[in-house]
Amino acid sequence: MNAHQSVGENNKPAYNYAYLDEQTKRMIRRALLKAVAIPGYQVPFGSREMPLARGWGTGGIQVTAAIIGPDDRLKVIDQGADDTTNAVSIRRFFERTADARTTEATDEATIIQTRHRIPEAPLKSGQIMVYQVPQPEPLRKLEPHEAETRKMHAWAEYGLMQVKLYENIARFGEVTTTYDYPVMVNGRYVMAPSPIPKFDNPKMQRSPALQLFGAGREKRIYAVPPHTSVRSLDFEDHPFRIQSWEQPCGLCGAADSYLDEVVIDDQGGRMFVCSDSHHCETRRAEGHRGAMLADASALHLVEDEAKS
Amino acid sequence: MATNETLLGAGFSDPVFQSQTAFRALLAALSEPGQARELAIAVAPPAGLEPASALALLTLADYETPIWLPAALRDGPAGAWLRFHCGAALVEDPARAAFAVIDGAALEPKLAAFNSGDDQFPDRSTTVIVQCAALTGGEVVTLEGPGIAGTCEIAPSGLRPGFWAELAANAALYPCGVDLILSQGARLIGLPRSTQILETR
Repeated sequence: MNAHQSVGENNKPAYNYAYLDEQTKRMIRRALLKAVAIPGYQVPFGSREMPLARGWGTGGIQVTAAIIGPDDRLKVIDQGADDTTNAVSIRRFFERTADARTTEATDEATIIQTRHRIPEAPLKSGQIMVYQVPQPEPLRKLEPHEAETRKMHAWAEYGLMQVKLYENIARFGEVTTTYDYPVMVNGRYVMAPSPIPKFDNPKMQRSPALQLFGAGREKRIYAVPPHTSVRSLDFEDHPFRIQSWEQPCGLCGAADSYLDEVVIDDQGGRMFVCSDSHHCETRRAEGHRGAMLADASALHLVEDEAKS
Repeated sequence: MATNETLLGAGFSDPVFQSQTAFRALLAALSEPGQARELAIAVAPPAGLEPASALALLTLADYETPIWLPAALRDGPAGAWLRFHCGAALVEDPARAAFAVIDGAALEPKLAAFNSGDDQFPDRSTTVIVQCAALTGGEVVTLEGPGIAGTCEIAPSGLRPGFWAELAANAALYPCGVDLILSQGARLIGLPRSTQILETR
């Protein structure tokens, strides 16, 4: 019996394990194997209608549904946080359709589905990152025609992208792209790393984890196998640089994580906090304290482990 | 002909979870080339197919993917078994196949006979399952490429003379080229086109 729920049980519809039917899973699995064999190349696939709108992570969900099994532990993050709307609803989707065991701990997860961040904790061999991708084609804003961008990839004609970066430098003195910063994969394909901040780009370089990318609306799947060269595009005299902040995280004091700026009042007050919520909580549990932790816990916005 | 030769053997007893388990082994094999993976799923394959080859095709092949088999297998129980369980068409022209099973020791067809994709759609290439006498004990081959930390060595045996030169020529077509799965018993090794052959000895 393949149905995850039998017909009529609680009057719920019957559907297959992990929502997708087996033929769809096979099609996605074949696309994934080709994607892994040609790192950075976008494999077309027959993206299905999912029970949520395209643009809400349907590509990532279809990839996760094709790979997940009972032995997996799933972590879902949205902009680094485990507790934001997109992450909560996708996690609940897999809990309902695949009885998925879920976790918020990066090191316990075997599959990490993500929207727009790579966790701060280093990834391990055997883990699979699944990225939700809105626009898989890094050249699309430079060349609107698919027939043309396909030829540009086929012949490795990436001059246009270098010109775009050069024009940025000529006009602003630096490359102004701060997220979805284009990368060269295995020295062959220019790839969109999904809208992760460029802060996360260096984490993709020779990562021990397998990285899979799903774009549901644009119907593309691509991949970066472990230990693969992922180089951010730059120039010798303008080397790639990641963002930095003048102050550490206000809650956990981390000076080496990606920080979100949060407006906290109407007097111009603001604070910087880790975007990776699990990383921040782990550090606070270890006793790291940021300058604004006492204020935040007094307002019951966060738990202060040292006091409780 | 004895009765048991005309009867088709069973496929997956639990298609959803067994194909998921097999797929993860295949994904691991092709994303980390050179490392042997075990497909520990009890399926009795038809004569002529290694268990790992049969599991890979049960997991991946269907009516959208033509399969090429050596003539002896195509006309025998293996062909009937794949037609029934996968619903796949069996083709005679290697260049039309999405999947192929070859005997590593057979001199024909060459890897170049299969579809290596084109420069705009390199993903449309054939995945060739090479059935070996053993995954160890043969010529030692040093590999490098995506999925491999540094270099690694494999030594499959029972491959035809010149096989590694064919594979090096295939890797030179990158990003086009066929992807290989070496299979023997329940074990397999992935060798995607991105893997470079550094030396053989």
